[in-house]
Amino acid sequence: MVLTVLVGYLGTTLWSIRVSLSSSRTFPQYDFVGLQQYERLFDNERWLMSLQNLAVYGVLFLLACMVIGFLLAVFIDQKVRGEGVLRTIFLYPYAMSFVATGLVWQWLLNPESGLQQAVRQVGFAEFAFDWIVDQDRVIYTIVIAAVWQGAGLVMALMLAGLRGIDDDIWKAARVDGIPPWRVYLSIVLPMMGPTVATVFILLFTGVVKVFDVVVSMTQGGPGTASDVPAKFIMDHLFGRANIAIASAGSIVLLLTVIALVVPFMVVRSRAGARRNDA
Amino acid sequence: MSGVNVKNLGIRFGSNAVIEHLDLAVNPGEFLVLLGPSGCGKSTLLHSIAGLIDVAEGSIEIGGNDVTEAEPNERGIGMVFQSYALYPTMTVERNMSFGLRVSGTPKPAIEERVKRAARMLQLEPLLQRKPSQLSGGQRQRVAIGRALVRDANVFLLDEPLSNLDAKLRTELRRELKLLHNSLGATMIYVTHDQVEAMTLATRVVVMRGGKIQQIGAPVAVYERPENLFVAGFLGAPGMNFLKGELTEGDSGAVFTSTAVKVPLDPATFKVDTHRSGRRAVVLGIRPEDIRIHEDGELSGTVQLVEPMGNHRVVWINMNGISLSAVLHDDRDIRTDSTIRYSFDVRRVSCFDEATEQRL
Amino acid sequence: MPRMGTHPSQQRADAGIAVAPRPMRRRARRIDVARVGIYAFLIAAALFFLTPLYIMVVTSLKSMDEIRQGFLFALPEHFTIEPWRAAWSEVCTGVSCDGIRTGFWNSVMIVVPSVIFPILIGAINGYALSFWRTRAADWLFAMLLLGAFIPAQVMIYPLVKVLAAASLFSSLPGIVVIHVIFSMPVMTLLFRNYYASLPQELFKAARIDGGGFWRIFLQLMLPMSTPIMIVGAIMQVTGVWNDYIFGLVFAGRENLPMTVQLNNVINTTTGERLYNVNMAATILTSLVPLLVYFVSGRWFVRGIAAGAVKG
Repeated sequence: MVLTVLVGYLGTTLWSIRVSLSSSRTFPQYDFVGLQQYERLFDNERWLMSLQNLAVYGVLFLLACMVIGFLLAVFIDQKVRGEGVLRTIFLYPYAMSFVATGLVWQWLLNPESGLQQAVRQVGFAEFAFDWIVDQDRVIYTIVIAAVWQGAGLVMALMLAGLRGIDDDIWKAARVDGIPPWRVYLSIVLPMMGPTVATVFILLFTGVVKVFDVVVSMTQGGPGTASDVPAKFIMDHLFGRANIAIASAGSIVLLLTVIALVVPFMVVRSRAGARRNDA
Repeated sequence: MSGVNVKNLGIRFGSNAVIEHLDLAVNPGEFLVLLGPSGCGKSTLLHSIAGLIDVAEGSIEIGGNDVTEAEPNERGIGMVFQSYALYPTMTVERNMSFGLRVSGTPKPAIEERVKRAARMLQLEPLLQRKPSQLSGGQRQRVAIGRALVRDANVFLLDEPLSNLDAKLRTELRRELKLLHNSLGATMIYVTHDQVEAMTLATRVVVMRGGKIQQIGAPVAVYERPENLFVAGFLGAPGMNFLKGELTEGDSGAVFTSTAVKVPLDPATFKVDTHRSGRRAVVLGIRPEDIRIHEDGELSGTVQLVEPMGNHRVVWINMNGISLSAVLHDDRDIRTDSTIRYSFDVRRVSCFDEATEQRL
Repeated sequence: MPRMGTHPSQQRADAGIAVAPRPMRRRARRIDVARVGIYAFLIAAALFFLTPLYIMVVTSLKSMDEIRQGFLFALPEHFTIEPWRAAWSEVCTGVSCDGIRTGFWNSVMIVVPSVIFPILIGAINGYALSFWRTRAADWLFAMLLLGAFIPAQVMIYPLVKVLAAASLFSSLPGIVVIHVIFSMPVMTLLFRNYYASLPQELFKAARIDGGGFWRIFLQLMLPMSTPIMIVGAIMQVTGVWNDYIFGLVFAGRENLPMTVQLNNVINTTTGERLYNVNMAATILTSLVPLLVYFVSGRWFVRGIAAGAVKG
């Protein structure tokens, strides 16, 4: 059973690599044109635009999610009342699909009917928040929506990490007279290294795959201003029938993931081995 | 050197009172051991002295200062935890110096204090290691070192040896005692291990259900337990208990049960039985106070002999009651044989059956 | 923070003055300020997370006139469930105009087998990996985990071809197979970690009692797996229900899941946008995973933690 899946994973990946080296358009052809498709890919403005968007989205989304998620976890961990309710509120968006997330935020950020209009109605006639129709800023709106959906996940994982820290550590720090913020920064955060890494990898793989939320929120628009690689690939696979360039794009994505995940796995297995020795 | 004075202490978790009306005075330079089964409130008491648990009632003084509301770091204490609670991402050196750095102690002073503590605990070669690269015993030394560099007047130790294996525990126990002797600081030490309590303490505090049962020198607590609980908690194998009655005999009080009749030594045992004539009591006798010899006035059959290396424990069936006796010579004793023995009446304890208090 | 060491009452004591009980206010006030800050932050965050849900619900209960003229945050003046009815059974989804209920039933048809099969397979894999350990199995597992990181786009086209060759493309079994494949790493991991947490002695005892591979699995391990199966089921229900891209590519026009139909409703219709109907449709689509989330509570979080690849 595992074997078939390996064939499924490995085989399909190899197949995609093969197609990306051919001149296939609508149907696969098994000629060999070297890295020609990759050259064409990186001459394609839409692809470059989508890569740039992915970078902006990725950096902002990761930063915002980690910071907000960690802060939420820390604040919730202060023995607050209604912890259960708060946790439920922070995490529920994660149970919603990206499609629904995109649609809700599309509606909220729509200048004519959403927040901008509402704020103007209460008296701030000049208020403007129309990023979603602004070519240069639309990608930020996608970040907002995605953070709304994903920050709760980070919160939940970080909170589990915080709760896993020996209570005596906190007591020892109090006896040492270390202020709580310093404990979080100098002791707890370093101790949560593995949790942070896990969260990071989890979010990162999500970043590379980002597709649904863009489709439902902006459809890549205005124009191609919020295009992302996954959408570029899907369009070229099905709409534009250029499977070779789409495959090339997907392999580029795969390489970015590998570049990040493999070092992570290696470090982790080393750490694991060290722990076994001790 | 400071003493610690706990007055009328009350601690509640929610509506649940863990400790009520507790008074305890710790003398300067004393090694005080809080002993009791788990859940007896000994750790809670220690943590409240450290300032890690809020106090509902009463006051705590350290070195004459009321510290009831002070932060733990303002109390002049150092603390060692059961799980060591070392900061795992910092080196040994940083673990010990972190608190001083945060408080803004000048660098040379920090270095000097860390060096001194490291020398005392033989940690010098390990200063640049991380806790994960240390053995259990070394970790515990670092934890002690972290408390030492604080130049505290009172050290609080919360079951510091219970995560170590038996051999290491004995070794560190001795080191701790030596450390106390050379520092002369006040130490309050929590444990459920009676051997640690007996060997380390200048005074032992036996606790149960949030209340102090008895305070005294280890030998005194062992030999003259105030109540049935203390009597049963200390000693291994435990004290033998016999239920019976106390009556007035010709030459003082006599203990009578279905199995035996024991005249009590009037010199050590002054019991006022005049009030009621007879009184329901429990007689307690330590295994080492049962003497096995040819002309003992009591007899029984041997159930089991447990060799312990330097002594043996003999389990005797005395008319259906199981007694344990400690035997230090190597005479031949067989299971199922009948032996004669006697109680050392000067060393028995007697407790009121109803109040469980010593008579 | 006061400096450590010399502390006011200590100085007083040194000067030989009797020590009065220190006022309790200092400590209490500092804590209060911090508390207010904590709650302010948490409440602000809660508002950010709740606003979209609130707007969705409120809007879905208003008429279009009220939406055009009214205030976004206002409660509906004339409460109506008409948009919900329309979203469920009238709205056009590109193919036909009988509401997103077809999508709902399609999603149900996809979800049920896509929960059962991955869990069974994951349980068998996890069991085999943790109790019948071989070097080869460990390697396979490592590869499987790496496979979990491959972006789906890499595999989509070849999988389309493979399914088409097996004449499963654009069919219900086709989309189920896809979900089985893509959920296998996580499900295997989930069960492997669970079985690894059980004592090996249990398994050894069963072998001494003469149990074979399947017998131990069916009679001992599977009955013990209920908790982790619930976790797995929660993950699969929400994951598969919320899937968009696989449904879009592999399900075929007849079996489009609810998410795809929802997107069609909102992003492909022409003419005036019926926001109230759209919002109702969005809520309806999110209802199943939200329900699972609210009912399952801690189990949901457990699933997240387990899914957070911690090999």
